Amino acid sequence: MVTIHEGRPGLSRRELLKRGGVGAALLVISGSAVISPQHAWGLETTALKPETMATLIQMARDIYPHDQVPDKYYAIAVKSHDEAAGKDAAHKELIEKGIADLDQKAGAGGYAGLGWEEERVKLLQGIEDTPFFQAVRGGLVVGLYNQKEIWPIFGYEGESYSKGGYIARGFDDIEWL
Amino acid sequence: MVAKYDLNDDKVVVIIGSGAGGGTLGNELAQKGIDVVILEAGNRYEYADFINDEWDSFAQLSWGDPRTASGGWRVAKDFSGLPAWIVKAVGGTTTHWAGASLRLQEHEFKALTHYGKIEGANLLDWPLTLAELEPYYAKAEDKMGVTRTNGIEGLPGNNNFKILKAGADALGYKECHTGNMAINSAERDGRMACQQTGFCFQGCKWGAKWSTLYTEIPKGEETGKLEVRPNSHVVKIEHDDSGKVTSVVYADKDGKLQSQKARIVCVAGNSIESPRLLLNSASSKFPDGLANSSGQVGKNYMRHTTGSVYAIFDKPVHMYRGTTMAGIVRDEAKHDPSRGFVGGYELETLALGLPFMAAFLNPGGWGRGFTTALDHYDHMAGMWIVGEDMPQEQNAVKLHGEMKDKYAMPIPDVWFTDHPNDDAMRNHAYKQGMAMYDAVGATRTFPTPPYPSTHNLGTNRMSEKALDGVVNKFGQTHDIKNLFVSDGSQFTTGGAENPTLTIVTLAIRQADHIAKEMAAKNI
Repeated sequence: MVTIHEGRPGLSRRELLKRGGVGAALLVISGSAVISPQHAWGLETTALKPETMATLIQMARDIYPHDQVPDKYYAIAVKSHDEAAGKDAAHKELIEKGIADLDQKAGAGGYAGLGWEEERVKLLQGIEDTPFFQAVRGGLVVGLYNQKEIWPIFGYEGESYSKGGYIARGFDDIEWL
Repeated sequence: MVAKYDLNDDKVVVIIGSGAGGGTLGNELAQKGIDVVILEAGNRYEYADFINDEWDSFAQLSWGDPRTASGGWRVAKDFSGLPAWIVKAVGGTTTHWAGASLRLQEHEFKALTHYGKIEGANLLDWPLTLAELEPYYAKAEDKMGVTRTNGIEGLPGNNNFKILKAGADALGYKECHTGNMAINSAERDGRMACQQTGFCFQGCKWGAKWSTLYTEIPKGEETGKLEVRPNSHVVKIEHDDSGKVTSVVYADKDGKLQSQKARIVCVAGNSIESPRLLLNSASSKFPDGLANSSGQVGKNYMRHTTGSVYAIFDKPVHMYRGTTMAGIVRDEAKHDPSRGFVGGYELETLALGLPFMAAFLNPGGWGRGFTTALDHYDHMAGMWIVGEDMPQEQNAVKLHGEMKDKYAMPIPDVWFTDHPNDDAMRNHAYKQGMAMYDAVGATRTFPTPPYPSTHNLGTNRMSEKALDGVVNKFGQTHDIKNLFVSDGSQFTTGGAENPTLTIVTLAIRQADHIAKEMAAKNI
């Protein structure tokens, strides 16, 4: 099971120093967790290595980059891979090997150590037909975009029946035509 | 009093499916005093149960039993287990449909005559004319409360429509309005008016959109002559030595097989399940499946030439607000071969919520090219292309060679490849759609590929001669007098129009024919 901890207390200096190689995302590995010290959330892993999870979060952002969407939602979007890995050794291997392969292709510092998105995307383009990439990308389509919390960022209002539809709430309010 | 019939009652008409065809036919027969059992594979929800959430609603309503998609269409690659987005529930796909209710055009009933022989296409004229259907179209429009018929006002235009209209005006299109919609613009038939909720595809929680679930079916039940059995998944139709069908075998809610005797059987399971059932009912007398002496059962699968055009504007649109499909341009629906293809297409407003936009805008797409489109979701407008596709014998619903469902019946494989005419039409429509949006100031446009099919047609087609098709002009199979087909699989050709109104029209007409033939003791 992966738990998302909200409002996690601040990290010790020592833990912060363990931060490494997660590019611009400022994610911290602490024990079995990936932690975002600035945004007060953490993600505990049980089956995947926390380093793998941190790289997976970066990879998720590189596949579907929305600069206005915080890391937390990418973390939630990929946490199902930790759950699946706990139940299915083959899935665990798919993800661990896939990330290890990406790290190896990236050279010293690994995938997340590549500073520019373009460099990381180039690596992803090289593996986009692999089952690993497709499993991660495919899972994100629902895992990321079906989080109701991010809908307002895109201007999507979701459920409307309880509000009486849009008949009195702007179904025809366009003014610029 | 809701009727309840015995499994051994061999006087009943058994209808398989409760959607536009089956639900309408069931009510029409019950109104005439005929005993009817409708076997519906899905659950029964009422409209209060519908969910304003795309994925949750999809899980609630859609037909999720195993199917495969194959052939050259992109759906086979992107959605290999989901060739069609249709419904498994009482009311069938009339819970999910958008409500667009257009009559087929006169020439579309005579496609072979008007288009001529097209290489690779299996064109045929319907054994019917528009004139023969007109009185039944009128009944269907009244029954369904179609706007701009019977003095019913059109729906108000939402933001997405206003963009479409501005684009249509800019291009000089003449016939653009908020559609002929089976969605109440004012209270009618005990159902309230549209509240512009924007979740037409997820089942209308107001009941403003016509669905057999809360119109035909309860009306039929009130006569005491109609029993609807939900969670009854038909696996086989059986016949006697003379070749007449006698009973329908189905799995009940516990998965236990039951057999319902029948005087007449009407198949209305949509164009994938209906031919599958006929093929799966093969016997020593009918080794190629029931009603398949022509070899056409499952063949000529059509899905309309579809596609979408989305566009981003520099100012907000909020396309998802309001009636999803209340907007149409009909100018391209004519047959005008100078455009480089035969037949025509409609352009209709369409919007998806953010979750489905992510899944369908460019399936498999990723990276900033994809995400910067979604970043402007609230600045997007959208339209759907619905055009006539060519019937091709190779495009077919076939029984899968290896895979079986939980009742040990082969699952359907839907094999489809576009005809060059389909490609030419789609490209023309993309160009016109993008030009409309460009004319309104779009900063970026997206020719979006077809979704899994919602209009499934033609797999038990109507024909004058038994050699060319499966059913006659009343949907009665050429081979078996007391076996009927009552859904869109009867369509000889697809026309450019959303098919539900024609399915309902044919069902009303079929009910008259069945009643007459029963009274004459012919069946």
